[in-house]
Amino acid sequence: MMNYSSVRSDPPDTPTTPAIRADALNVVRGTRQVLRDLDFTVPRGQITGLLGPSGCGKTTLMRAIVGTQAKVTGTLDVLGRPAGHPTLRTRIGYVTQAPSVYDDLTIRQNLAYFAAILDPGHAAVDRRHENVTRAIADVDLSSHADALAGNLSGGQRSRVSLAVALLGTPELLVLDEPTVGLDPVLRRDLWNLFHDIAASRGAALLISSHVMDEAERCHRLLLMREGRILADDTPEALRTRTNSETVEAAFLHLVDEAVAAARAKETTR
Amino acid sequence: MLLVPCVMLFLLRYVFDGSPRTFDNIGASLLGIFPLITMFLVTSIATLRERTSGTLERLLAMPLGKGDLIAGYALAFGTLAIIQSALATGLALWFLGLDVTGSPWLLLLVALLDALLGTALGLFVSAFAASEFQAVQFMPAVIFPQLLLCGLFTPRDNMHPALEAISNVLPMSYAVDGMNEVLKHTDMTANFVRDALIVAGCALLVLGLGAATLRRRTA
Repeated sequence: MMNYSSVRSDPPDTPTTPAIRADALNVVRGTRQVLRDLDFTVPRGQITGLLGPSGCGKTTLMRAIVGTQAKVTGTLDVLGRPAGHPTLRTRIGYVTQAPSVYDDLTIRQNLAYFAAILDPGHAAVDRRHENVTRAIADVDLSSHADALAGNLSGGQRSRVSLAVALLGTPELLVLDEPTVGLDPVLRRDLWNLFHDIAASRGAALLISSHVMDEAERCHRLLLMREGRILADDTPEALRTRTNSETVEAAFLHLVDEAVAAARAKETTR
Repeated sequence: MLLVPCVMLFLLRYVFDGSPRTFDNIGASLLGIFPLITMFLVTSIATLRERTSGTLERLLAMPLGKGDLIAGYALAFGTLAIIQSALATGLALWFLGLDVTGSPWLLLLVALLDALLGTALGLFVSAFAASEFQAVQFMPAVIFPQLLLCGLFTPRDNMHPALEAISNVLPMSYAVDGMNEVLKHTDMTANFVRDALIVAGCALLVLGLGAATLRRRTA
């Protein structure tokens, strides 16, 4: 558990501090160590892809960043504050892997409810209405705005969940597999939206995926495997370094390298 | 939800068609028990859905105080409970001929406190259930023992001393005692005040425990 009320003075939050900075970050779930000694930074104004096979700790890392994960040790600073700091709650948008929306409310009601929590009060009614309408348009659901969330398809529900995170103007968006099960056209539109958010608002986006072809759309990549970070680089640099044509090939190359290194260590023991 | 307790009371009235005295005794107690049970069920499932759908995690990652969330739930379900208790009390008193010596307002007050207690218990047990299926199983575990020992079937001082001791620490016993005080006395007796305070105290205590189960950080 991180202590944010202690004597430790927070570094000032300037636009030059990275959106996320982790140093010797460890997470234990039950008896299993899920994240081991992570050490990385996520810059602002860019899209960072978090890639790796399922079960490698992507979701745990994201939960640690938004401050809902218990048993986090090491340093994890988000937007210049320790992760989970109360003032961060309005500044981060988080989308869980399973859509977290109320099935018995319409899309508009869902968004209106969460908007009221982010920006409460009577004075903000117009602003909230505007935000809700814009968020629905962003995820291309305007024609279904008054449909019950429970009657939507899986992809539509996950877009409602995404729209909730787009309410307000988060400086950091943490998206856990936001494009799973979506058709190619919609996926392209969403990635365009992500790029737009990064460029126009200078927001940082951390997007997880286990589909390697989405990696090419990110500015930077964090490749994860078994709770460790294999690589932290741009897609081009990764391909060049490993002499591979695609990020997928680069990833496989790095995994083989890591396995070989582990074996060599074992035999010399 | 609003009608079921009324229908049950109606049914009960004609089950004891030949002996209105019995209906007086049991009817008053049930006026206290129905709100507790329905609010328990509704709250435990509603909160559980919030927990399992991920919306609770999302809410807690937002700038929302835990107290606000609980107060919101208590307010929403509390309002429903007020309407429910008012309907049931009104029906029992004016249409089914329930004979009470004391003020109907006091009857309503106890029914309300019971509903609040049910809300609190439901919120609390939802933390220990992984699915709606398990939540419903908490009903026999949490509610039925209280139902058997609260003095509805036989006065509590006729029970085996061990059971009486257990019933002394169960909140529903005080709810039923409070109802019976109103039934037999015109004034607000000291016993009634004590019973009402105990039920309210239990509700607040369990509500506090429920709040403690809403953790921002989970494994």
